[in-house]
Amino acid sequence: MTRAATNLAPEHAPKMARLSLAARLEPWAPLMLVPALILAGWLSIASPSSWLTLTVSGLAMGMMIFVIASGMTLVFGLMDVINFGHGAFVSFGAFVGVSVLLVLTGMTGAPSLVLNLLAVGLAILAAMAVTGAMGFAFERVIVRPVYGSHLKQILVTMGGLIVAEQLIHVIWGGEEIFIGRPEMLKGSITLFGATLEKYRLVAVGLGLVLFLAMRAVLRGTKLGLIVRAGVENPDMVQAMGYHIRRVFVLVFVAGSALAGLGGVMWALYQEMITAHMGMEIMILVFIVVIIGGLGSVEGCFIGALLVGLMQNYTAFLEPKLALISNIALMVAVLMWRPQGMMPVIKAK
Amino acid sequence: MSDPILTLRGVKTDIAQYHILHGVDLDVPRGQVTMLLGRNGAGKTTTLRTIMGLWRAREGSITLDGTEISGRTPPQIARAGIGFVPEDMGIFADLTVEENLILAALSGPLPEDRKDWVLAAFPALRTFWKMPAGNLSGGQKQMLAIARAVIEPRQLYLIDEPSKGLAPAIVATMARALRDLKREGASILMVEQNFSLARALGDHAAVMDDGRIVWAGAMAELATDTALQERLMGLKMEVA
Repeated sequence: MTRAATNLAPEHAPKMARLSLAARLEPWAPLMLVPALILAGWLSIASPSSWLTLTVSGLAMGMMIFVIASGMTLVFGLMDVINFGHGAFVSFGAFVGVSVLLVLTGMTGAPSLVLNLLAVGLAILAAMAVTGAMGFAFERVIVRPVYGSHLKQILVTMGGLIVAEQLIHVIWGGEEIFIGRPEMLKGSITLFGATLEKYRLVAVGLGLVLFLAMRAVLRGTKLGLIVRAGVENPDMVQAMGYHIRRVFVLVFVAGSALAGLGGVMWALYQEMITAHMGMEIMILVFIVVIIGGLGSVEGCFIGALLVGLMQNYTAFLEPKLALISNIALMVAVLMWRPQGMMPVIKAK
Repeated sequence: MSDPILTLRGVKTDIAQYHILHGVDLDVPRGQVTMLLGRNGAGKTTTLRTIMGLWRAREGSITLDGTEISGRTPPQIARAGIGFVPEDMGIFADLTVEENLILAALSGPLPEDRKDWVLAAFPALRTFWKMPAGNLSGGQKQMLAIARAVIEPRQLYLIDEPSKGLAPAIVATMARALRDLKREGASILMVEQNFSLARALGDHAAVMDDGRIVWAGAMAELATDTALQERLMGLKMEVA
């Protein structure tokens, strides 16, 4: 028996190799891209106040794109579903939210931050409720029959997007709608000589809170563990006793509701909404989802900030390049990491 | 055989256009270890995956402790009381060792006594407790896969080739843990190609070929009958 005991597997205490600084920093490289881009912006923009304005604007834009893209990346990672219809939830969210704000002009027009934020909060809740319910129906009717077939998913969800856009024309008419920001979110503050729009600061704060909340759910709750495990190996999650389909529907609904929330944020950012705003923003959302690494919320967050900053910096430095700057960013990231910055390891 | 924990009758499973199981009849006795043996491609893994509901049986019945489970979904079958260790281990590489185990505990937090037992059986898991499971070696991943299945008591454990690709020292650790589990009175159905390990752990054996059970009986009988081994499995080995 003693002899048998010596045959047992040794306790493999990990032996740590002495890695070079570069090798130790390598896994953290994506995290450093945002500060690196901000620094590059600082070096290339001569005026510090313009740089600060552009940085806050870029971060605000990035946060909004993150809110929209986060649900999509999880749906993509969890069930391998490419949902081109995600943009419909952005547009619908914006129209529902703006309609609520137009009703609540008494609250939005009052010079009270509490009332203003309450109005925006109600608009967001209404938008999320409607787009969440739409997401539930969308998953049932449009997505469920085409699981496992990417080509069909692209065609069918694209069709869903077109139908949703036309539905907006039917309900709200074909014209764009202009929406002013609530009274206390109008205007800007001056910091170090830079003009910072109040609303953009609110958007940055809201995006950050959402990211931290999402991270806390994914890292700290059992539901989060099931989602993360399901992105890697849904079959095994099922064999361990969890109904991955139900979790998927929940994630789809939550992702749609977040897109609706992003739509309201975007509407107040642009101060104008159109039926096809969702489709337009989807180009940036796809870039973010791809460079972040499919299924990765952290990667999506970093990718969104990079896209937002890049867009704002290049629009200032070389407006003609603004359109292609994000495509160039995607190409550069994919040449560096073909699976995206923080890919989720798939079991398949 | 009285009161088996699991019974398969005439189970037929197709994968795409291929007929893989051609009518499997199998009884897994309660509180004992049954080894499912057979050459590659005989249908052993498909049998386990069919029991788990990961492949749907086209025909036949599967009962767990008297309850029909064929046609149920994998989560329902798992919650009916089956712990499953798949051939590819199914480790969640992005989750830590601890998170992998938390996920496996269906009824709430990790039960302390089982956790202590698992960590005593597989000390490597304690070392890597807070690290992503993707960093583990092949043997450690297999230990985690078994730990996950046994972290809560189950009615039946399905274990698919736990010794596959592992060094003898790790197989010995695994065998000791499985022996502990067996002493606890667990019912186990295990696929194993390593006949020495199968012989050491198994009470019963069932040999598969071409999607059917071609022999079933006591492991002691199979272990001592070299002619039978050769006929059933093409084995030619010295019996110690």
